[in-house]
Amino acid sequence: MSELTITALRFGFLLLLWVLIFSIVSAMRRDLMIGRKAATGAPTARQVRKNPELAEPPPAPVKQQARQLVVTEGPLKGTTLPLAASPILLGRAQEATLVLEDDYASGRHARLFPQGSRWFIEDLGSTNGTYLADQQLTRALPVDLGVPVRIGKTVIELRP
Amino acid sequence: MTIAETMPKPRRNVELLLLMLALSVSIGANALISVDEKTALDTDFWFQSSLLAVAALVFHVVLRFRAKYADPVILPIVVALNGLGLAMIHRLDAPGEDTGNNQLRWTLIAMAVAIAVIWFLKDHRVLRRFTYISLAVSALLLILPLVPGISAGEILGARVWIKLGPMTFQPGEVAKITLAIFFAGYLSSNRDLIMLAGRKIGPLQFPRFKDMGPMITAWLVSIGVLIFQRDLGSSVLFFGLFIVMIYVATSRISWVVIGLALILGGGFVASKVFSHVALRIDGWLNAFTEEVFGRSPGGSGQIVEGLFGMASGGLVGTGLGQGRPNLVPFANSDMIIASFGEELGLIGLFAIVLMYLLLFTRGFRAALGTRDAFGKLLACGLSFAVALQCFVVIGGVTRLIPLTGLTTPFLAAGGSSLLANWIIVGLLLMISHTARGPVDTTPLQPAGAPEAKKPGRAPAAGRPGRNATQTLPDAPTEAVKQL
Repeated sequence: MSELTITALRFGFLLLLWVLIFSIVSAMRRDLMIGRKAATGAPTARQVRKNPELAEPPPAPVKQQARQLVVTEGPLKGTTLPLAASPILLGRAQEATLVLEDDYASGRHARLFPQGSRWFIEDLGSTNGTYLADQQLTRALPVDLGVPVRIGKTVIELRP
Repeated sequence: MTIAETMPKPRRNVELLLLMLALSVSIGANALISVDEKTALDTDFWFQSSLLAVAALVFHVVLRFRAKYADPVILPIVVALNGLGLAMIHRLDAPGEDTGNNQLRWTLIAMAVAIAVIWFLKDHRVLRRFTYISLAVSALLLILPLVPGISAGEILGARVWIKLGPMTFQPGEVAKITLAIFFAGYLSSNRDLIMLAGRKIGPLQFPRFKDMGPMITAWLVSIGVLIFQRDLGSSVLFFGLFIVMIYVATSRISWVVIGLALILGGGFVASKVFSHVALRIDGWLNAFTEEVFGRSPGGSGQIVEGLFGMASGGLVGTGLGQGRPNLVPFANSDMIIASFGEELGLIGLFAIVLMYLLLFTRGFRAALGTRDAFGKLLACGLSFAVALQCFVVIGGVTRLIPLTGLTTPFLAAGGSSLLANWIIVGLLLMISHTARGPVDTTPLQPAGAPEAKKPGRAPAAGRPGRNATQTLPDAPTEAVKQL
């Protein structure tokens, strides 16, 4: 085979390699859009430092701390649970902090945890989902006082 | 607005298209290595090429059935890397050697195992039940090469192989998967405990001493691997895997600080006490002095010849089959990156490194998308293990860090490494299937949805939520259209 053909094939192969890479990258580009859509909610500390306009308005200075958890609807209606500094596991499983006797709740349904001065709720991959003020959770979100959190047929609230 | 627009698309056709491109890279490489010889494009070549193509297409069809929403770019990247490796190993075979065909056999076995993992496991969350079993399995796998009778003895200064009939196998490669499963299971259940307690010193919050138990264990395991198996690479890999997974689980930088301090301390002591570590470091720092170059064992000849090879390749390379990478010892396993550097040049080598980078980002994308903490940690750990392995090998070959005996994922000759990495790919594909499936990417649902669903429904991973589409807001956002 002639020298010229071999050189052409050689460069052709390098070109093919990069064609593959650029096709992969362009196939991924659409995925990045989902990422941007999914990135709602509270911005991270680093994002805030870079773009000060992202920062949420600082919470009211004399904000009351959540001290108890109250079940307002569902089979356990009226139950209250004092909040300490440790996370709370909600679900039907016996090891849960608040054992929900609710057919629509999963074993390990959701997790309520303190961070800074706020409490956050996170869904643990439950079957029927967790709803914070009628929005289904896709990531951990802060829970404010008096905002209903729905798990199956149970609704809980944080109270001062 | 049609329903199709609001649903995440499986994108299997994109995968098929990219797979065709990846196969043409693999088969093109295989054709180029012998293009001006008599054996060019003979029946052997067509047989091998069609075997690889059929295996890749079978994998694709299995994904269509079992993991419809899996990431569409993972499989093409891996097939391209594996195909490039096959071509290079085949090209480096001296007459009469059979490493190329052996590698092809292992590729087919490894793909079959990965298909079996996807077919039978269905959901990665099942693995969480095996948290402590996989710790026991990892311990067993790491001890096996030291057991007389099963052990294949000391090969090239390391005791990491076991005998398996006529073949040898490196159980440590599989141990990185089982260790990742254990870390993911353990950390996803215990991270609250590790995260909340601790004392603050300066800007860092340090963990309580009793929560350091797992970290000390991981450190002892990697030191044990270093001392008894004399395998510096695996030792770094296991410990790095643990540091990253605990950092991802707790987002405390203090773990990384403690971990790096432990590894630097351990490494310093090891370099003073163990001759094999000291020789590696000397061969790295003083690679170009004459006495170190020619020393045996532990000389720097291999690294330096690899560097010369890459230098002669230059920017565009000598062309596949045109260079002389076989002058370097272990050109088809430890030094395969140098072989590619020589024959494909810097441009080709960058393409390969980019493929690894893309694979790594897809693994992390799956981790970001999936909903359960176990899946997140597992995907992070597995993709980081592959990335760290690449860094250690490519960094060693290019003399950025001391050369250690890890395998280049998917490229280097060696069955156990191929098998383990294909299993990782199977697991990542499965996690990305749950991450990209309908439940996670549908926009937030309005109220009233939970009453419509029945309790005890199967985890919705593979099933589109029907009532979600009826109650969606009217105008899809830009992002939803682009889906």
